[in-house]
Amino acid sequence: MNSATVRTLLVRGMLTGIATGVLVFGFAYLVGESPLRSALVFEAAHETEHGPELVSRTLQETAGLATGVLFFTTAFAGIAALAFCFALGRIGRFGPRATAGLVALGGFVTVFLVPFLKYPASPPAVSSPDTLNQRTALYWLMIALSVLIGIAAVVLGQRLAPRLGNWNATITASVAFVVAVGLALAFLPAVNEMPEGFPANVVWDFRVAAAGMQLLLWASFGLIFGHLAERVLEPRTANAPTQQAVPPQAAPAPH
Amino acid sequence: MAQSAAPPAVAPDAPLTLPVRAILPWAAFFGILMLILLYFVGAEGGTAAVFSGEGVHEWVHDGRHLLGFPCH
Ligand SMILES: [Zn+2]
Repeated sequence: MNSATVRTLLVRGMLTGIATGVLVFGFAYLVGESPLRSALVFEAAHETEHGPELVSRTLQETAGLATGVLFFTTAFAGIAALAFCFALGRIGRFGPRATAGLVALGGFVTVFLVPFLKYPASPPAVSSPDTLNQRTALYWLMIALSVLIGIAAVVLGQRLAPRLGNWNATITASVAFVVAVGLALAFLPAVNEMPEGFPANVVWDFRVAAAGMQLLLWASFGLIFGHLAERVLEPRTANAPTQQAVPPQAAPAPH
Repeated sequence: MAQSAAPPAVAPDAPLTLPVRAILPWAAFFGILMLILLYFVGAEGGTAAVFSGEGVHEWVHDGRHLLGFPCH
């Protein structure tokens, strides 16, 4: 029964990821492609050699972008649904919808916001291909560190709650999270490869678009999955109080 | 379902939790599956290529940049 509940939640999480992916793709196509195209114009004007184009630009902007976005949103929605299963009832007295919202907030902060502060999304032609291996390793390391610090902070908050109370335990755990993340941000190597003359407004627009995509992803995941999860879990959460609160109807009051 | 296997008594106001042993198998299997999915968006072709060539890389290229992954 419980394993089946986890499976149902996981399936609904991934379906939420697909629905979210459609929204995020629409946003990325409308808002993100414009600065991306500007960056490609800059690249075309400055590059010395050009390899053969394997996939046409039209396909990259439509089907290619949709594939990347849907893989990403489905994968993270699946992982977030599993995180929701662990978090439910363990991070405080929150119902399914509030838990989904908190998991989504945690996902946005640890998977996107913290890594973005150190290694922000960059349009094409900004970074050197020679450092790609190093930058890829650093980015995944930053995500892993940020998620691990986030989990550690939640566990710390849980441990402190009986002694300090929920409010102070939450504040202490949040401060610990910010300090640990700050140290990680300070000590990981910086990447500064912006080429001479690259239009700053293109970089800004691109990063706003990238941040908007993630905000849309995690916010809609929290809202949609919270609703779906509550409908899965509702029979149990709703029945328990109802069975006790409603007296049996067998004996009608005499007139 | 055996009638004798009654569910453990839960306090009426105890928050609903899912047992870890019911989550772990799904987390292990699907967690890895999801990471493989992310690998194709975020790293395939650039650093280490499972498939030869840059086809996968170019196909998901715009998504890779916009989703924040390192590229060129
Ligand atoms: Zn690129």
